[in-house]
Amino acid sequence: MNELQELYQQLILDHNANPRHYGRLAECTHSAEGHNPLCGDQIFLELKIEDSCVSQVAFSGEGCAICKASSSLMTERLAGKSVSECKELFTLFHALATGEEDAAQDSAALGKLVVFSGVREFPMRVKCATLCWHTLMAAFENKNEVAVTE
Amino acid sequence: MSAVADITSLEAQARRWRDDFPLLEQKVHGHDLAYLDSAATTQKPESVISVLGKYYREENANIHRGVYALSQKATHAYEQSRKKVADFIGAKSFKEVVFVRGTTEAINLVAQSFGRVFLKEGDEILVSAMEHHSNIVPWQLVTEQTGAVLRVIPMTENGDLDQDAYAKLLSAKTKLVALCHVSNAIGTVNPIKDMIAQAHAFDVPVLIDGAQGVPHTKIDVQDLDCDFYAFSGHKMYGPTGVGVLYAKEEYLERMSPYQGGGDMILSVTFEKTTYNEIPYKFEAGTPNISGVIGLGAAIDYVSQIGMDRIASYEASLMGLAVEKLRDVDGLRFIGEPKQRAGALSFILEGIHPHDLGTILDMEGVAIRTGHHCAQPVMTFFAIPASARASFGLYNNEADIDALVSGLAKAKEVFKR
Repeated sequence: MNELQELYQQLILDHNANPRHYGRLAECTHSAEGHNPLCGDQIFLELKIEDSCVSQVAFSGEGCAICKASSSLMTERLAGKSVSECKELFTLFHALATGEEDAAQDSAALGKLVVFSGVREFPMRVKCATLCWHTLMAAFENKNEVAVTE
Repeated sequence: MSAVADITSLEAQARRWRDDFPLLEQKVHGHDLAYLDSAATTQKPESVISVLGKYYREENANIHRGVYALSQKATHAYEQSRKKVADFIGAKSFKEVVFVRGTTEAINLVAQSFGRVFLKEGDEILVSAMEHHSNIVPWQLVTEQTGAVLRVIPMTENGDLDQDAYAKLLSAKTKLVALCHVSNAIGTVNPIKDMIAQAHAFDVPVLIDGAQGVPHTKIDVQDLDCDFYAFSGHKMYGPTGVGVLYAKEEYLERMSPYQGGGDMILSVTFEKTTYNEIPYKFEAGTPNISGVIGLGAAIDYVSQIGMDRIASYEASLMGLAVEKLRDVDGLRFIGEPKQRAGALSFILEGIHPHDLGTILDMEGVAIRTGHHCAQPVMTFFAIPASARASFGLYNNEADIDALVSGLAKAKEVFKR
């Protein structure tokens, strides 16, 4: 049960039940679709970037609790951040979720996002947590390609 | 008699069958393993596992070529399996049994080899709304190549095929019907005998995807009168990487080879190649010899128990599972077809199937979550994914109870 509690922390359950920034933007400058073909998670991410900073962000779509909470917490984190700060966060978050670097867990930059450190114990679920971040990188590119975590 | 009372007499038998499967003895995350994903692949009985070892220790040689004793032994074992398959499914002759990698390859073989000879622009192929991707995509490939058109037999809200719509779709343009015996995603048993007869009234041949049919019910291809029947070894207690295409001799004779290579030829010159006789015409290259022999052992295993006994035990188990799951608050079955075999699909309100899958796994319960390679079925029911529990002859009431209490645990985790 400990690993499960570690994975499904209260913060994750809360963001799953009440996702923040859920919906569509009236206008956006960048957008992307993310898809985990193996499990069917699918999210749409929209960004309004002004002066190289994320001024508005929204996501929609369907996914598991990990996917939805990760998207919700990510969008909360992004608002007001510069594109290069977001890219640094992507690298940190990826390291945290995959367990590649223990240091990521202590990173002050990640803040609340460390709540996802539990997914490293569930290799099949890492992609659920990272899908929105891959989608974010795709949105920055604005290439109209579906982002995948493969 | 209720399903619960009915099952107790069979329960003791099933406990003995379960002992034949060494893998099921293990603990997962500290719990007894409740393996409920047999529709993905079944576990293997000791007799199949040991035959694979015996083959490599004592019989390994290439087949159909060596004159030495070992090659003859391997060839004999391989061809014995073909006879076992023919008997097992009621084929007229061993010539109607082609060994392939699995159901997917069997369907691709028919799509290509039948398609090249029999399909032209404007012809129609009928598939159903509940097919696995492996009975959709091969036909899409062949429609791109030939200009034929794919039409879809729709499904009703409870997950049965719409028989009126089927009758209307059949026409002089129809050149083939490709249909699953049992739906892998929701467990529907289709009335294939009747549907085959209807197609034959239009002289239309029928391919049955039997991947989920063969493990759960006695198959008699002559009684069904299907023209093609495809199935996999690994979903019926045999090894992975081996499957069967049954096809009527008249079609195999007229179809073009699927792949070219060794073993499928009689003579080769740079000017002209003469193909081997059926079924060898469709078996290019060294086949999965150990897999075929293992499949033979799996057939021996289920035959010795008896397919009818397996079917009746599994039907009781399914009845029990439906009864117990119906009592779970917030659970909704995906599809409630008239007849169900092997698998049942559901969702639990407020908990995504993937989260459910992870939590159940921590309780030792292995189920499949996702789209089950049947995305159109998920689209039809307007869900992104479902949870699927599927059964084999080794499952018992304890497995169902483990599933039910796992669902309670999932609710607990999500209610914190």
